Amino acid sequence: MKAFLLILLLAAAPSWAASSNAPKPDIGKGGQCVEDPQWMRKNHMHLLKHQRDETVRKGIREEKLSLKNCIECHASSKDDSVIARVDSFCVACHRYEAVNIDCFECHSGMRKSAWLQRNAK
Amino acid sequence: MTDIDVQRRSFLKTSLGVAAVTIAPGMLLFDAAHGQPQAAGGKVRWGMLIDTAQCKPGCNDCVTACNRENGLSGGANGQARSPLPNPLPQAGEGANDSLRESHLKPTDPQWIRKIELKDAGSGRELSLPMMCQHCEHPPCVDVCPTGASFKRADGIVLVDKHRCIGCRYCMMACPYKVRSFVHEPLHDQNPDVPRGKGTVESCTLCVHRVDRGQRPACAEACQNKAILFGNLNDPDSEIARKIRTVASTQVRADLGLNTGIRYQGL
Repeated sequence: MKAFLLILLLAAAPSWAASSNAPKPDIGKGGQCVEDPQWMRKNHMHLLKHQRDETVRKGIREEKLSLKNCIECHASSKDDSVIARVDSFCVACHRYEAVNIDCFECHSGMRKSAWLQRNAK
Repeated sequence: MTDIDVQRRSFLKTSLGVAAVTIAPGMLLFDAAHGQPQAAGGKVRWGMLIDTAQCKPGCNDCVTACNRENGLSGGANGQARSPLPNPLPQAGEGANDSLRESHLKPTDPQWIRKIELKDAGSGRELSLPMMCQHCEHPPCVDVCPTGASFKRADGIVLVDKHRCIGCRYCMMACPYKVRSFVHEPLHDQNPDVPRGKGTVESCTLCVHRVDRGQRPACAEACQNKAILFGNLNDPDSEIARKIRTVASTQVRADLGLNTGIRYQGL
């Protein structure tokens, strides 16, 4: 039984890793400022949801956990956005997992500096 | 309390402060340079005093600044669709702005409006900006079924758009009619000012700027310095001193809402 499970595991793992469908997001500048990538993949939504209430209702604007700060590093270096293309940072995985996000119906997916540059009058 | 007690206290306070600066200078600097990690405090009450004598008729600078800061269209994309004709054409420097304003569709959000008043009896004319009055007892908060409409600890009345379902009860409850509903999808919002279709919005007192220690965009844009922004609770602030010395009015004071926006010379 154990051997069977092991074989199953060995057979399953490479097939997922080698899958050509696996998302390859454009991570922009990237880097790690909150937690390691695996933890973030699993838990980023809880951090964002917690932080949004703290910010909107109490005015606690902790930069490290703010959506704006995530976008600052993870926006693509090509188009300064986390949502513009199918391989953009947010879109790539959310498309793959078929999880729809509403964040960017109100929030800007653009780096602030780029937005300012474009809207400078 | 004896004199020694007081001295001891102040000594302890200063030495603690010095210790904090010596031990954690990096942390203090970090706090100053980055966003605001503490919550907005209840000791502060943000407010405005608007001097109607300084507010020029026809001048629209506060409205334009608000539109630009918060990404409101201000009628800019409504020009092709048939606008309501402006019944009050104005001469002088404000003519262009009022022309633009005439292109506002009935569904375009407005956070701040310029109002021109005329007393029928005396013929006295007044001009003033009207926006969310940031009441101490806001009716919009009372009626909100989801708790989206709320008052922050520092007196700023806001809509939590994560909870707003767009029912517009608050718009009906507001005696000043200053809230707007977003009817159409929006794109390319200011990263500091998230706005979206299906929610109610109004003047936020530029909360993103206030939290950074800046003044609201309208107060900064007013060339005649008609809009004075500050902390009503701090007796030494300019606004509190002025409210102590000159006569100021709250609009519809009879409702007992204790508004944060006060008018002088109304």
